[in-house]
Amino acid sequence: MSRQTSRLDAKKVNSELLTLTYGALVSQMLKEMDNPDDVNKQLERIGYNMGVRLIEDFLARTGSNRCMEMRETADKIQQAFRLYLNMQPTVTSWSSSGDEFSLVWDQCPLSEWVEMPNNGLKYCALIPGAIRGALQMVQLDVQCWFIQDQLKGDAVTELRVKYIKRLEDAVPAGED
Amino acid sequence: MVIYSVYVVSKSGGLIYNYDHNIPRIETEKTFGFPLDIKLQYENKKVVVVFGQRDGITVGHVLLSVNGSPVTGRNTEDGKDVFEVIEAKENYPLSLKFGRMRATTNEKIVLASMFYPLFALASQLSPVPKSSGIETLTADTFKLSCFQTLTGVKFILVTDQNMQGTEVVLKRIYELYSDYALKNPFYSLEMPIRCELFDTSLHTLLELVEKSGTANL
Repeated sequence: MSRQTSRLDAKKVNSELLTLTYGALVSQMLKEMDNPDDVNKQLERIGYNMGVRLIEDFLARTGSNRCMEMRETADKIQQAFRLYLNMQPTVTSWSSSGDEFSLVWDQCPLSEWVEMPNNGLKYCALIPGAIRGALQMVQLDVQCWFIQDQLKGDAVTELRVKYIKRLEDAVPAGED
Repeated sequence: MVIYSVYVVSKSGGLIYNYDHNIPRIETEKTFGFPLDIKLQYENKKVVVVFGQRDGITVGHVLLSVNGSPVTGRNTEDGKDVFEVIEAKENYPLSLKFGRMRATTNEKIVLASMFYPLFALASQLSPVPKSSGIETLTADTFKLSCFQTLTGVKFILVTDQNMQGTEVVLKRIYELYSDYALKNPFYSLEMPIRCELFDTSLHTLLELVEKSGTANL
């Protein structure tokens, strides 16, 4: 994953390897924990832990500035989806107060070929976790949940992101 | 262009990485006759030259050894008090080695945590709100450049005053940090960085910068 090597040769990891790895992880967790809600929680936590690290890579790579409103944040999240998952979600359904929006996609490399058991599992719970973790590191507290899921028969997958507060205590010197 | 050292300070103000790249070692050994014409004093657990600088031994240098036996604290290796040795006429001629003391890891940790409030103070001094804090700090022998990321991690580079393009170098160090420290699953956030790959790629970067400048980064 390091930039130096990817600069030298354009070889990328086959995305199917990622799909299969993620699938194996989720199914193994489901086997070990029986309760799908626990699996959802754990996946969210894995995502969170990835997010708090990934944000530094995103900032170092894109040289982004601080977002001062939710629309900019939505743009950055969209950009991150393109960068890390090579997918292009659309940003829609803004709430009238401008603090809540949806990311909508109809194809995700994580959930290709998946046929869901009917048990309340949120297969892609990693993604909202990663968004929450990443935004927390830039001092934004958000809530993130699925309201539609293709794997459960909906036409598209819709992820809702809601602004809760700015984490003023954590804002670094010079920006508070 | 000389790069002296690199520091990384976590968002809570702790030193998580430091590296001395190119600090010249200055040591002078000289044989003295009685009485010693250099005034020495014991401070901060070191025997320090306080007055009477000459022949490359300057004020602030530390006594490193007496007749080849290394000095720790105020004692020589065989347990004798340095000041007693120096005052006794029968010990002369006496060969003393002086040098510049390097900062210990503890001192660096203290310095890093002192830089943290200074940075905050600097940003408060600004007449305009949301000023960035210290970006460069120039003294007569060095230049310190600091880059704070949006997440609050600070990267600090100490170089000679003529160094150009330090912002680019700091951004590159940020990239290395995000690659080799954060993507290492066994590195825990906010903890000291002990990653070999980070070390080696940082050394390569610094050598490249010293050799060919920042133009092709």
